[in-house]
Amino acid sequence: MTKEEALKVEHVSFRYEKENVLEDVTFSVPKGAFLGLVGPNGSGKSTLLKCILGLLKPQQGNIFLFGTPISEFKEWHRVGFVSQKANSFNTGFPATVEEVVASGLTAKLGLFRFFTRKEKDAVKEAIEAVGMAKFQKQNIGELSGGQQQRVFIARAIVSKPELLILDEPTVGVDVHHVQNFYNMLEELNRHLGITLVLVTHDVGTITEKVTHVACLNKHLYFHGKAAEFAELQADDLSAFYGHHLHVLSHQH
Amino acid sequence: MIEAMFQYEFLRNAFFAGVLIGLVAPLLGVFIVVRRLSLIADALSHVTLAGIAASLLMEKKIGLLSWNPLYMGMGFSVAGSLLIEKLRSVYKHYQELAIPIILSGGIGLSIIFISLANGFNTDLFSYLFGSVSAVSRQDVWVIVSIAIVVVATIWFLYKELFLLSFDEEYALASGIRARAIHFVFIVLVALVIAASMRIVGILLVSSLMTLPVAASIRVAKGFKQAIAYSVFFGELSVIAGLFLSYELDLAPGGTIVMLSVCLLLIAISWKKWKRG
Repeated sequence: MTKEEALKVEHVSFRYEKENVLEDVTFSVPKGAFLGLVGPNGSGKSTLLKCILGLLKPQQGNIFLFGTPISEFKEWHRVGFVSQKANSFNTGFPATVEEVVASGLTAKLGLFRFFTRKEKDAVKEAIEAVGMAKFQKQNIGELSGGQQQRVFIARAIVSKPELLILDEPTVGVDVHHVQNFYNMLEELNRHLGITLVLVTHDVGTITEKVTHVACLNKHLYFHGKAAEFAELQADDLSAFYGHHLHVLSHQH
Repeated sequence: MIEAMFQYEFLRNAFFAGVLIGLVAPLLGVFIVVRRLSLIADALSHVTLAGIAASLLMEKKIGLLSWNPLYMGMGFSVAGSLLIEKLRSVYKHYQELAIPIILSGGIGLSIIFISLANGFNTDLFSYLFGSVSAVSRQDVWVIVSIAIVVVATIWFLYKELFLLSFDEEYALASGIRARAIHFVFIVLVALVIAASMRIVGILLVSSLMTLPVAASIRVAKGFKQAIAYSVFFGELSVIAGLFLSYELDLAPGGTIVMLSVCLLLIAISWKKWKRG
């Protein structure tokens, strides 16, 4: 285990009651990488994320964040997370873009501490990084799905995390804006040096943006550089997705 | 009413108590409403009634208690709030179930206590609908202490409470002590409910926590503004309501609530008119 790894997943298995959701999953994400974690629906992606975020405890295996076993990991401000459900919040909630983004600093700042100039600047910076400066004072409920998703990314990066995990962030984003959205993520990765883990079921779009790919469907089917993934035969991919269909037909 | 206020202590007491409640009830109310827990206030007010009925019963039967029934009301209210939390975690997928359970439990207990006492004098009536003349100096001190605690807590826990209200899952994931903070919050709600009922009465307590907020979220930009407007609407209805009820000889609780309803209607139509 080197210090150069932002995330390392080692022989992780997880089951809900009798059903195996993850079986012996091992991969790592070097610092500065942009990993696309792909897999069909129901492949265990969300479960794996919950394990990485410490919300679920795998029955077997270990997870390391920045070289520290997750059970001992305390520096959660180094990890940002944008949930799949982030933009299914109560849209009537009276909060401005600024207020939502500032709330991302709550844990880092700690109890009984107040926002100062420094935090306000960080908020402004994060809002600019996602291209939402114009909407700073608007209520978040008045924005489009894609704009809201950008706000949630700003909230996640405002505490300057080194690792940012995004769970299906383009769900609910207008198709025309998806490309823009990925460009923005690429910027965050290249220019701010944030290590990204992007979870998606959409294999096509991301392969040109990411540096690494991991394919998950209970087992890890592939893990390596994006260039190697692009060389994979179509047969391999269909086997990967086909297996999933097979499983589903037995379940339902 | 101004001259009368200098003359009569009970009017001064009612005024101070009203102003404080007009501040703290909408202040907590904002967090309650945006978390879709509006009915919690109703459930807790009925539990408070059970506490007051119990206190009055003990006073009548045993003659052992001559302390303020407010204390036992608060005790019941806090206990009720903890039970709601417990029930909410038991029924994870039906969290709103906790509210009718506690509400009907509270009213059931109250009825038993009232019938055991073979009915009470007008005292209980003043708790049901609020009564200006019933506010004692001791009540005012209790309300002052509660108000200080509430304002200080909101001040110091503002960013945590905001995050918890806006996105509970994210709050938990980011490692905030969400349970502890929520616990503190719900106890405050219980205390404020017990404190407010002297003025507006148990049956109307929840209105002071929800109506000003309902009006405010129609017009506010951002959360801080929502709080400011809620408190403003709350104070406006309480102060104007107390004056009006005194001058026109109306029930203060009802007058305050109806003024809040008017403000709400104005806010709704203003928003509609502004949108065109």
